[in-house]
Amino acid sequence: MRETLSLTINGASRQVERGTTVAAAMLLAEQPCRISVTGGPRTALCGMGICFECRAVVNGVPHRRTCQLLCEQDMAVETNP
Amino acid sequence: MTRTEVLVVGAGPAGIAAATAAAEKRRSVIVLDDNPSAGGQIWRGATVGGPRRADTQRQRAIERLQRSGAHLLAGRCVFSADASGTVQTFEETASGSVAEEFRFQQLVLATGARERFLPFPGWTLPGVFGAGGLQALVKGGYPVAGKRVVVAGTGPLLLAVAAHLAKDGAVVSSVLEQATLAQLAAFAASLWEDPAKLVQAARFRAKLWKTSYRTGCWVVEAIAATAGPRLAAVRVTDGARTWIERCDLLACGYHLVPNTELAALVGCRFQGSFVQVDDAQRTSVPNIFCAGEPTGIAGLDAALVQGEIAGLACTRRSDASLQKRAAKEHAFADRMEKAFALRPELHSLPRPDTIVCRCEDVRYDSLRGHTGWTDAKLQTRCGMGPCQGRVCGPAIEHLLGWRPVSVRQPLFPVPLEALCFHDGTTEMSKSNEPIEEKA
Amino acid sequence: MKPFDVLIVGTGIVGSAVARECARIGWRVGVIEGGTPAGGATAAGMGHVVVMDDSPAQLALTAYSRSLWQQESAQLPKSVEYEGRGTIWVAADDEEMADVRARQSLYDEAGVQARVLTAADLAHEEPNLRAGLAGGLLVPGDGVVYPPAAAGFYLAEARRLGAEVFFARALSASQGQVLLSDGEGLVAERIVLAVGTECDLLPALPIQKRKGHLVITDRYPGFLHHQLVELGYLKSAHKIAGDSVAFNIQPRQTGQLLLGSSRQYGNEEPRADAEILRRMIERATEYMPGLDKLSVLRVWTGFRAATADKLPLIGPAAGLSDDPSLWLAAGFEGLGITNAPGAARLLVDGMLRRASAIDAAPYLPARLMEPARLARA
Repeated sequence: MRETLSLTINGASRQVERGTTVAAAMLLAEQPCRISVTGGPRTALCGMGICFECRAVVNGVPHRRTCQLLCEQDMAVETNP
Repeated sequence: MTRTEVLVVGAGPAGIAAATAAAEKRRSVIVLDDNPSAGGQIWRGATVGGPRRADTQRQRAIERLQRSGAHLLAGRCVFSADASGTVQTFEETASGSVAEEFRFQQLVLATGARERFLPFPGWTLPGVFGAGGLQALVKGGYPVAGKRVVVAGTGPLLLAVAAHLAKDGAVVSSVLEQATLAQLAAFAASLWEDPAKLVQAARFRAKLWKTSYRTGCWVVEAIAATAGPRLAAVRVTDGARTWIERCDLLACGYHLVPNTELAALVGCRFQGSFVQVDDAQRTSVPNIFCAGEPTGIAGLDAALVQGEIAGLACTRRSDASLQKRAAKEHAFADRMEKAFALRPELHSLPRPDTIVCRCEDVRYDSLRGHTGWTDAKLQTRCGMGPCQGRVCGPAIEHLLGWRPVSVRQPLFPVPLEALCFHDGTTEMSKSNEPIEEKA
Repeated sequence: MKPFDVLIVGTGIVGSAVARECARIGWRVGVIEGGTPAGGATAAGMGHVVVMDDSPAQLALTAYSRSLWQQESAQLPKSVEYEGRGTIWVAADDEEMADVRARQSLYDEAGVQARVLTAADLAHEEPNLRAGLAGGLLVPGDGVVYPPAAAGFYLAEARRLGAEVFFARALSASQGQVLLSDGEGLVAERIVLAVGTECDLLPALPIQKRKGHLVITDRYPGFLHHQLVELGYLKSAHKIAGDSVAFNIQPRQTGQLLLGSSRQYGNEEPRADAEILRRMIERATEYMPGLDKLSVLRVWTGFRAATADKLPLIGPAAGLSDDPSLWLAAGFEGLGITNAPGAARLLVDGMLRRASAIDAAPYLPARLMEPARLARA
């Protein structure tokens, strides 16, 4: 049986399989990870921690690279403004 | 501060091979990697899902590393190093960031490669990923079952990614390879020299019998849905005609560029874009070795043999049969470079308003007219974002011929506190009490 | 070939400002750049436009030049990122508060608006400063710019008005002749050296390098509103020997924070010094503890051009050189950005022998050599 956990993404509660990265969870939730300098929505590009497009606010801390971060129970994730 | 005889940076195939080789000869070995587990990119483990058909080669290599006595420290990002024998890392933990310093006698750089991204209209739309990028995200739990995917760009990675996505239930409608059939045929013909590689290629192809695999084609535009900024289709060309293909996801990458920032920081000499090494994988800096992609994009087998050579060289040993294998892999690397050389039409991929620097949203038209990389950076802020030029740098080199000039620490964004630990301290002060000013 | 009216060596912010002033009066202007435009001291400048009162002459020049920045601010392109952020000189204790009050009177006399902030005022203005500070001096007219773009703007303006730029190194510059590294020889009535710390063209230039460190963070909009400088900064800037650090932090228009400052003499190593960096950061986190966790994108160093009396060299090189064609716009230490427009005006006033808005005598290069000439006589 696959273990799931719940976290909030931009205020909405989401269930994901344990082992899911925060970037993958945001893609599932169809929420952008960050808003670009000129206002465009951005999500992960490289998947390996070098492009920084997947930056999001995690538990109140901005600029966290979400493609290398595993989801944890009750994590609060928001789009990086 | 932790001392070790051999310090290996990167736990991909090259790093694993180097660490194993040195540790089996009873050197103290530490391997650092910024991912949560070993494997690098090509051997990236899925963090979700039940048991899969295991990649036995990968599994055996990791098990052997574990038995060898080498210590793997995951989640460590190397942000600074000095040729005199120190490396600084930081790690994000649940309770804050932790900086560490390592002292080595010998350093093996196995920092791998990253995808080359070429900007094209619409490439910043949600739904557009790197090729390896999408594969990594799928391994991290992004389900693609039922999604319509176009895989495009260049390089052997495209077929590997397409096969992987198809296995996960994606509808891979096409694989678009910019290299011509003639280029690929020559490459394929050369694979006869190595039957193992041919089998690998054929196995990839077999999984994709429903997918159209087109050579000499590339994506010229990612088109947004009318409903909002999301990928809905791609415009494709073969140089003569242009057509549109509907898709939910685009996995697009133009082969690989080496991660050589750490090698540059410690002063290694370069040959073009790659770190110069001798046949024992020694760089120009004493006691510093380099193995795998940073010495030349050559794939898995090259990384494994070079890693083993470097690990053995740390123990002052060598092995003639390894040298023979390494030479063969060199030849393969040269052929691969020729096969996937970028065609001239790709110079005109971006429109004037296409964003080239994604961190700072710098458009192509504002980059032209500068005297070089530094001038463009100072005047447009291109390359001043958190990716520190890793995405836009190779694109600009391709488009404008400029090479970034110097590398400085920190190699990655780090918390401010990581820049000021003392020799001997391994953990950052987490209190907010004012620090007594030293006299 | 008709000679240039003026050849300017250096496209940093000072050289570019001079080029623009000269082009504005209709002169035939040539500008020479051997490296990346604005890539020297200007690229390492913080971009603080600030009134500095460490001497009456410095106060006069910075106030004058700052007023020129303010007058022009609305016309500057967006890339220059001019913002009237204001400076707060932060007082950590009562002794420093007394200093604040004294400076407020000084500024008042000089016609520079400045307001004393109590501890409560300070906390209100900058909530991320630690509790327990005594207060500060708010100078609202100070500003922040992005130096390379400002230099680029001045240079573009000069070119628009007809100035020519030569991308080559000047191998020699004397008696109205400049020889370039690409073999070209240029002739001018006047040669201006605006070369930062690269003094090979005039070894007699009494300039010392003072190395500084800078750190820039990712974007944290709203973390900081004004440029903050600790009062100890002046002590650090005053020292004529040894290494020192002082808290100095600036909010950029992007929301990034730019952190300084350090001064080192006799250190020509361009790489960052881990120990100095550590001291600089620790000093900063004493004032703003929350800085610790912010993500740092880049660390770099630069070299300020310092003179013995801390005032720049603006005017004919007479006294340092017998060459009547040589002029200097050099030695700006940490005030190159602030003083660029003012210095450019003073220099051109001197060349045209017309009255300046402020007394130009304190900045004449000859002042530094007087005793030596007397000694020789």
